[in-house]
Amino acid sequence: MLESLTVVTDSLGYLLGGVLVTLELVSAALLLGFILGILLVVGQVYGPKPVRGFVAVYVWFFRGLPNLILLFLFYFVFLPTLPVFLIAVIVLGMRSAAYQSQIFRGVIENLSEGQTLAARSLGMTNWQTIKHIIIPQTLRLALPSWANEYPVLLTDSAVASAIGVTELLTRTGFRVAATGNAMALYLACAVIFILLNYGGMLLIQKIEERIRIPGFGNNECDQI
Amino acid sequence: MSGVPVLCVENLSKQYGDLKVLKNISFKVKKGDKMVFIGPSGTGKSTLLRCINQLTKPDAGNVYLNGEEIVHSGHKINEYRQKMGMVFQNFNLFDHLTAVRNVELALLKVKKMDKAEARKKAMFELERVGMADRADYYPAQLSGGQAQRVSIARALAMDPEIMLFDEPTSALDPELKREVMEVMRKLAEQGMTCIVVTHEMKFATSFASEIFLMEKGEVIEHGVPADIPTSPDFKRMREFMGAYTEE
Repeated sequence: MLESLTVVTDSLGYLLGGVLVTLELVSAALLLGFILGILLVVGQVYGPKPVRGFVAVYVWFFRGLPNLILLFLFYFVFLPTLPVFLIAVIVLGMRSAAYQSQIFRGVIENLSEGQTLAARSLGMTNWQTIKHIIIPQTLRLALPSWANEYPVLLTDSAVASAIGVTELLTRTGFRVAATGNAMALYLACAVIFILLNYGGMLLIQKIEERIRIPGFGNNECDQI
Repeated sequence: MSGVPVLCVENLSKQYGDLKVLKNISFKVKKGDKMVFIGPSGTGKSTLLRCINQLTKPDAGNVYLNGEEIVHSGHKINEYRQKMGMVFQNFNLFDHLTAVRNVELALLKVKKMDKAEARKKAMFELERVGMADRADYYPAQLSGGQAQRVSIARALAMDPEIMLFDEPTSALDPELKREVMEVMRKLAEQGMTCIVVTHEMKFATSFASEIFLMEKGEVIEHGVPADIPTSPDFKRMREFMGAYTEE
């Protein structure tokens, strides 16, 4: 027991280096997925037919293949010269974009048509309506569902170890190989993942509270 | 000058599938006119308003604003729409913005006013409809009547030449209807040109300079409200209004 504790404490500094890589990977992928997700949904809902077709194929492709296959495809075939960290960000980000775009699409399709009509009646262009009315409302309403993307990406990020990204799980594996104490180290790794998950969700909850608008979305209506 | 039409609608037609919603509607609106359209539900009144500002594209016919044809105006339609303020039955305030932000948004983004100027104008318009004290309230925190008054302020902020009211009181209870109708009357007194679709018969007859009865996509009777009780031209109008007042 004491020996296991020593292995864990000795490895903690090295593992925390992996935490940093994991957090960088997840943040970058989440951001890429967010930006790309918005572009995809705008294309899918408001774009011309060829753009809508492209988005449909994109979503079908990235949601249809396991993360590991996608990683290998990009690592060996599409982007073999890029650093592995970048490949992992691109793959996880592009896959997340496919999921995020569909979260946004569900919200946009349920927005009242009246919001668009009112904006257009004031002389706003289609793009101004999307930018100032549709997207701000969509992001607020989508946040509870969108929040799920963080734990999904966090756990998915471990797959990047397959192409040699030295994130938390990869580093745990290295320490296991060096010390032979798999049980204690993987347990420590699991605890760290749970803490990261908890911390991230707490942060998202804070954002949700901060951008909360009375009577808009799922919160109570403060009607007078 | 007052005799020159601000708006001219010519043979406006709209069809959804086999259903002809508008059939060759034509009329002219002069500055300061208050045209009121009444008629059974589903008879094309709201479609008519939306075809005027092109939120719905008509299948045939023309609309002229100050002599300029707007049906085929392409991107320029956004300029024309600013001159035709629209008020909707369900208010359609932007739910994520406060009352004052609702009013100033188009001033900032469409008219490209600077922030201070837009805020001043927005507050002026809210004051005009008696809503300045609710400037920082979100739509869900307003009563229906208050929300509708904010939506009127939002349309007025663009300095329109004509206001289109699409059943502005239909979603409101009698007390709230009154506060919205008072705002509309005040606007009319100030000389605002208005086209109103409504089911409020008393309001329609007291407000209108000209009243139109629509049925099955057509204007079947029209004239000045004073003639309704006696003129043989208003037979159907009297029946229709009678049905409403008996309720």
